Amino acid sequence: MMEVRDLYKTFNPGTPIENLVLRGLSLTIESGQFITVIGSNGAGKSTFLNAISGDLQMDSGSIHIDGQDVTRLSAWQRAGMVARVFQDPMAGTCEGLSIEENMALAWQRGKKRGFGRAVKNEQRAIFREKLATLELGLENRLGDRMDLLSGGQRQAVSLLMASLQPSRLLLLDEHTAALDPKTAAFVLQLTDRIVKENNLTALMVTHSMRQALDHGHRTVMLHQGQVVLDVAGDERHTMEVGDLLAMFEKTRGEKIDDDALLLG
Amino acid sequence: MTPIALMGAFEIGLIFALVALGVLISFRLLNFPDLTADGSFPLGGAVAATLITGGHDPWFACAMAVLAGAASGWLTAWLNVRLNILQLLASILVMIGLYSINLRIMGAPNLPLIGSPTVFAPFIGEQFERAWLVQPAVLAVIIVLAKLGMDFFFASQAGLAMRATGANPRMARAQGIATDRMILVGMALSNALIAFAGALYVQTQGGADVSMGVGTIVVGLAAVIIGETLLPSRKLWVITLATVLGALLYRLLIALALNADFIGLKAQDLNLITAVLVGFALVLPKLKAKLFRKKGKKS
Repeated sequence: MMEVRDLYKTFNPGTPIENLVLRGLSLTIESGQFITVIGSNGAGKSTFLNAISGDLQMDSGSIHIDGQDVTRLSAWQRAGMVARVFQDPMAGTCEGLSIEENMALAWQRGKKRGFGRAVKNEQRAIFREKLATLELGLENRLGDRMDLLSGGQRQAVSLLMASLQPSRLLLLDEHTAALDPKTAAFVLQLTDRIVKENNLTALMVTHSMRQALDHGHRTVMLHQGQVVLDVAGDERHTMEVGDLLAMFEKTRGEKIDDDALLLG
Repeated sequence: MTPIALMGAFEIGLIFALVALGVLISFRLLNFPDLTADGSFPLGGAVAATLITGGHDPWFACAMAVLAGAASGWLTAWLNVRLNILQLLASILVMIGLYSINLRIMGAPNLPLIGSPTVFAPFIGEQFERAWLVQPAVLAVIIVLAKLGMDFFFASQAGLAMRATGANPRMARAQGIATDRMILVGMALSNALIAFAGALYVQTQGGADVSMGVGTIVVGLAAVIIGETLLPSRKLWVITLATVLGALLYRLLIALALNADFIGLKAQDLNLITAVLVGFALVLPKLKAKLFRKKGKKS
């Protein structure tokens, strides 16, 4: 279970470009829950994700994962609890290293790294087996450099890497935004499968309302650094994008004018 | 060129292979442009020479030189990761500061080691006529051990974590790697190797001089670049091999250029030759690609 309480974050405080990004954001995610987060540009989605991962330190507020206060821990200290797939396919892997070396890095996520060989034969066998489930033929390309892979292949490998070690929370940062629609659909399907198989608690940020409603158990909308909508269960099950918009307009008294959010 | 001159070039090439391996760690694996080498190389020399003339065991002197070098690399990294000083600038600050420290350590601008024991002495014996063969042989063993040690380390979990730190620090942190610590340790390792080279250098050249570090980084970088141009690979054991061969080839080319009377080059032209060689090595990959394309079109 993850509990986020009253997060505040201001970029460039005291300057003309001061930007209040998070304004008292609170959210609780139950274990095993797959939650999707939407919001227009500047709503604070990325900042929220970076707050949970530890890439950004907050001005105030707290973050607890399974009761443990992680608010002041840096990203590498939280890595044992939080797994992550980035938006940019280049960001989640080391392009200069091979597929097996990248997977070996993820194999030790949050663990102590010693002087033992990074890629042993028994791990190679596990990597090969996991890669085979992608049905992309990558199981025969363990030694290939990561930069020989397409964006979709990289995101698929990133997802596998995120699931090599158990985590309390899986963060998915618009991880299909940089892909073409067909590849995006494949990666999303893979996401659903991996989350389900490993019974993961997951938080997926997306730019598309359709995606947000079609995946996971619960949808949260961020607006101006706060949670403005939170739908789950039967209500969400029968919901269409239009209903979500109407609901937003009713609670906020304003219209959404972000095309990407509506069309995606 | 006489066999003795050739072995002399080989000997200096081997010493600079150690520098090049250090530069490989900072510039290539950690992606940290580090000029500390120009200070840590003479630092190693100064510490070793001072301890040896003080009557200490040459191997102990080398060990202390390695520790001093590690400390200087650590300091450069610390200025960068803790005080957020730009990498290049942090290394320049340490390099400049080390010049004074080296003078302090030696107590004079130069320190002769003629007649003092060296790490090579036990293998040479009473007569010195074998020195030109024995010194390169001992150095070759040291370089091979250093290369294999690096291969082993960078294939380990910790070594892979260090490479990830250089390649993609954000991803490395997301995998639980303490990137700051990796940079501190990696830079210490890099400059420890370079200081070790400095300690060996003074023992082959018969003394330490405060200005002996000038251009160390360029030579190290030249070796790395020549190596990766001639033997491009992504396998680490090939990369370290290419770096060692690059250093040897570089010194050999220098020796050939200086020894070829018809060109008319003299010892003072060394830095110019270096600049030309490195420039050539940098354009060579593009040149090769161009030639290859032309051939491809014809066929």
